[in-house]
Amino acid sequence: MKKNESYEEFIKGVWRDNPVFAQVLGMCPMLAVTNSAINAVAMGMATLFVLVGSSFLVSSFRNWIPKQVRISCFIIIIATFVTIADYTLLALVPKVHKELGAFIPLIVANCLILGRQEAFASRYPTRLAVMDAIGMAVGFLVALLSLGIVREILGDGALFGVKLFSENFEPWVIMILPPGGFLTLGVILLFFNWFKFKKDEFLEEVAEAERSGN
Amino acid sequence: MTDVTNKQTPAPGSMRLVLTLAIAGLISGIAIIGIYESTLPTITANKARELREAVFKVLPGVTQMQALVYRDGELVTVDAPDKDEPVVYGGYDDAREFVGYAMPAAGPGFQDTIAILYGYKPEEKQVVGMEVLESRETPGLGDKIYKDAVWVAGFSALSVEPEIVAVKKGTKSNPNEIDAITGATISSKAVVRIINEAHTAWSGKLPPPDAEPPLRETEPANTEAGQ
Repeated sequence: MKKNESYEEFIKGVWRDNPVFAQVLGMCPMLAVTNSAINAVAMGMATLFVLVGSSFLVSSFRNWIPKQVRISCFIIIIATFVTIADYTLLALVPKVHKELGAFIPLIVANCLILGRQEAFASRYPTRLAVMDAIGMAVGFLVALLSLGIVREILGDGALFGVKLFSENFEPWVIMILPPGGFLTLGVILLFFNWFKFKKDEFLEEVAEAERSGN
Repeated sequence: MTDVTNKQTPAPGSMRLVLTLAIAGLISGIAIIGIYESTLPTITANKARELREAVFKVLPGVTQMQALVYRDGELVTVDAPDKDEPVVYGGYDDAREFVGYAMPAAGPGFQDTIAILYGYKPEEKQVVGMEVLESRETPGLGDKIYKDAVWVAGFSALSVEPEIVAVKKGTKSNPNEIDAITGATISSKAVVRIINEAHTAWSGKLPPPDAEPPLRETEPANTEAGQ
């Protein structure tokens, strides 16, 4: 039972309540840094670190943080983790840090992270909060990566920096520019919602059949 | 840590709120100082290494370098240049012979400041290499100023007298002309302008050929990295 509970918290962030495809949160980094797959992975990992770290702390201290100053406390915790991520990336992978630029410090303002603290971590036990954070962060990473892969292949003819096509490939430059982000996200959201619509329709049909069968 | 103090106060009075935030801020501050101090040596070393690699790239044949600044009417060797003081890097070969200068320069590009480093041989009055250190030019178009190999190679023997001119692709006919990049005219003209401006600014300050400051015994770049 306990195992199922954790699994449920994990999987809901990856698919059903995916922060990007279902909740449409964190759009700023989503559109800005997905022009290559490697940037998407770096941003996703940084967000994962910040989200899991903050959720763990917020959930552990949830009984000691007074309600009146909880948002300030969440922000202090989040900002600390973001600064740690920022300096670590700068020291370990300076090239990626240069590409991501201002968007690493801006993780502080990602409403996905503050939203999880307020809606989940501050109300549930640590184990569930961490599972929820991992699920949401993996969901975010999957979303970033799917955009990054599509945009890099179309806009640069490459994947993770490896050229896929011959010299004759004419890169679709607009895909790595900001409009490409909107286009790709729009198409992916369309598929996600179409799939959900079809699933609901199917479930309804099954319920209908069962009712008439009885 | 924060918990003991807070637990003893039953009602959330303002004192408790202030204490909670103060303790949270204190712990956060300590954590940030810790990460800053522990990553600083790596970050400084990375920057110094990047600079050395760029200098060696824009000045072919160079294996040693030192920072030079213009003070009291002459070019002198320094350990650590003052902040915001214009610096050039002198490049020397294995035999400690002077090869050329690597000059950092920056100026407005299409989107934001473009910072470059270019190699300059005073004897031949030629630019011998160019490397973009920082730019936010449009991906796929303006970023060709460092991704387009033909354009970058165009700087391997480029006369700076009277000045560098970016011309339409395929029409280069003089040693001071370079083919601009199709689709990135503004960015390529910006790079040329940055080099011309830096050249004008430094031309009166560089010593005559064969009077360049000699390479010092200890290599300054190493001490810089260790700081």
